[in-house]
Amino acid sequence: MPKIIVVTSGKGGVGKTTTSASFASGLALRGNKTVVIDFDVGLRNLDLIMGCERRVVYDIINVINNEVSLKQALIKDKHCDNLYVLPASQTRDKDALNLEAVGRILDELKESFDCIVCDSPAGIEHGAFSAMYYADEALIVTNPEVSSVRDSDRILGILAAKSKRAVEGLDPVKEHLLVTRYDPKRVAAGEMLSVDDIQEILRIPLIGVIPESESVLQASNSGTPAIHLEKSDVAEAYRDLVARFMGDEVPMRFTTAEKAGFLKRLFGGR
Amino acid sequence: MPREEPAFKIKNSNLPVLILHLKTPDLEQVKQQLETRLKQMPDFFAHTPIVLGLTDLADAESALDFVDLLAFMQTNRMHAAGIQGGSPAQQEAATKAGLGLIPTTPQRPAPIVETEQAPEPVPEIRPAPSPHYVGPAQPDLPGLEIEADAAPAIPPEQPAPVETRPTLVIDKPVRTGQRIYAEGANLVVLAIVNAGAELIADGDIHIYAPLRGRALAGARGNTAARIYVQSMEAELVAIAGYFQVFDEGIPDTVRGKFSQIFLEGEKVVINPISSKR
Ligand SMILES: Nc1ncnc2c1ncn2[C@@H]1O[C@H](COP(=O)(O)OP(=O)(O)O)[C@@H](O)[C@H]1O
Ligand SMILES: [Mg+2]
Repeated sequence: MPKIIVVTSGKGGVGKTTTSASFASGLALRGNKTVVIDFDVGLRNLDLIMGCERRVVYDIINVINNEVSLKQALIKDKHCDNLYVLPASQTRDKDALNLEAVGRILDELKESFDCIVCDSPAGIEHGAFSAMYYADEALIVTNPEVSSVRDSDRILGILAAKSKRAVEGLDPVKEHLLVTRYDPKRVAAGEMLSVDDIQEILRIPLIGVIPESESVLQASNSGTPAIHLEKSDVAEAYRDLVARFMGDEVPMRFTTAEKAGFLKRLFGGR
Repeated sequence: MPREEPAFKIKNSNLPVLILHLKTPDLEQVKQQLETRLKQMPDFFAHTPIVLGLTDLADAESALDFVDLLAFMQTNRMHAAGIQGGSPAQQEAATKAGLGLIPTTPQRPAPIVETEQAPEPVPEIRPAPSPHYVGPAQPDLPGLEIEADAAPAIPPEQPAPVETRPTLVIDKPVRTGQRIYAEGANLVVLAIVNAGAELIADGDIHIYAPLRGRALAGARGNTAARIYVQSMEAELVAIAGYFQVFDEGIPDTVRGKFSQIFLEGEKVVINPISSKR
């Protein structure tokens, strides 16, 4: 059965698009035929992070308006064989992403893909609601700060009450907590919430912790999803996430601050 | 002639209703600010009956265009049930526009400033100034104030009807932005109630998890209603319209503890429940 997975958070700038790109890439690397859809009409970020912005000719709204076929709008990813991107429009009307039209596109995609990843915009209206409405599973992207946790809580409430699965009385949307931009040092210093704090409030299963790292910015500047980076905590954390999503048992990593080595302790340093 | 079954029955009631308290006769400004509010919380008013509070506008000279305001409200899923207060001219204009005239609630005794720390070991928390509680603070929206008037129109000594419906049981987390209403019933919640969530029951409320949002029991004026909570971390609690907020934090005697909340006269009392009893 094809799966629709929404990457959502309520709050902006927490790492949804970064996660959508790496998660979709990881699913494709593991052999799933995958498409990742950018629902952020007006901002259009996903294609930049995937490094396919120069190949965008048509977008999701062209498809909704029946101006082109889905096939014409899908862009093949340059890093993985099994991955396609359906870009958002830079300029057009947000209201075009109505539920009915999105439902039609998803139904058509289900015929040829195993995994459909929906990169949600911030907020709870329009695009964000369309992105989550049809979801079978949800990655709730949360940063270790109170406002982000609060917004994630709100999104979980909407998923539980207003998603298609909720409205039609089917099994509820499967919820996964993904903590991103996690900095164990700042957590230890009491400057940020810990994973336990977040779980204590949200009370959904944890699927991964992605550490804060400068390499994410480098990756997005070079149009390479972070999961492809060599020797990077972030890449490993995203690979762990995908493995857990596929059902593997992988212990949690990157949740505690590395103990400073003997020399570091002796001579200070950070 | 066979006796016909009565097709209706008239009953006195005091339902909870939102009061949209107008602070300016400039309805354009009101509409503008409402729009801002609706953008932040599209479902805030959805299908809730609203009373337009005109007490502050009784001296206003200019006529109020209720027809235009009603049209605006309707397109935004707000339902105006009537007005309260206002000048005779305003009341006439309102009835012409199809609005009801709702009598003003009797004033409650003078306010006692809240959150004075209560004497130990039993923290008695004073009820707030009036039985109204003001909606989320919106310092940038000075023109209007939204009140959820959970106050009984009849003084609360009058016992409310016995709750008859089966208990409403919620076994999933109640999250920010969600509101649960157990109409004519008790409410049992088996999962966490997070900050920004709201529980309302006409009867008692039991929460077998932390309460971090709001809980309002006896919403139709049942002063005997109580709230039982496994871990007291609430933003607000209310019994029969008398409420308590905790802007200075929850008293140590009950914070995080198994507690019960009830009304003593007009005081909201919050007591720890000892497990050693
Ligand atoms: N793990 C991370 N470490 C450091 N920076 C990150 C991380 N994840 C995301 N970012 C940065 O945060 C910003 C917002 O990320 P983005 O994925 O666009 O968020 P959203 O889609 O939720 O708005 C970007 O500048 C991105 O580079
Ligand atoms: Mg984004």
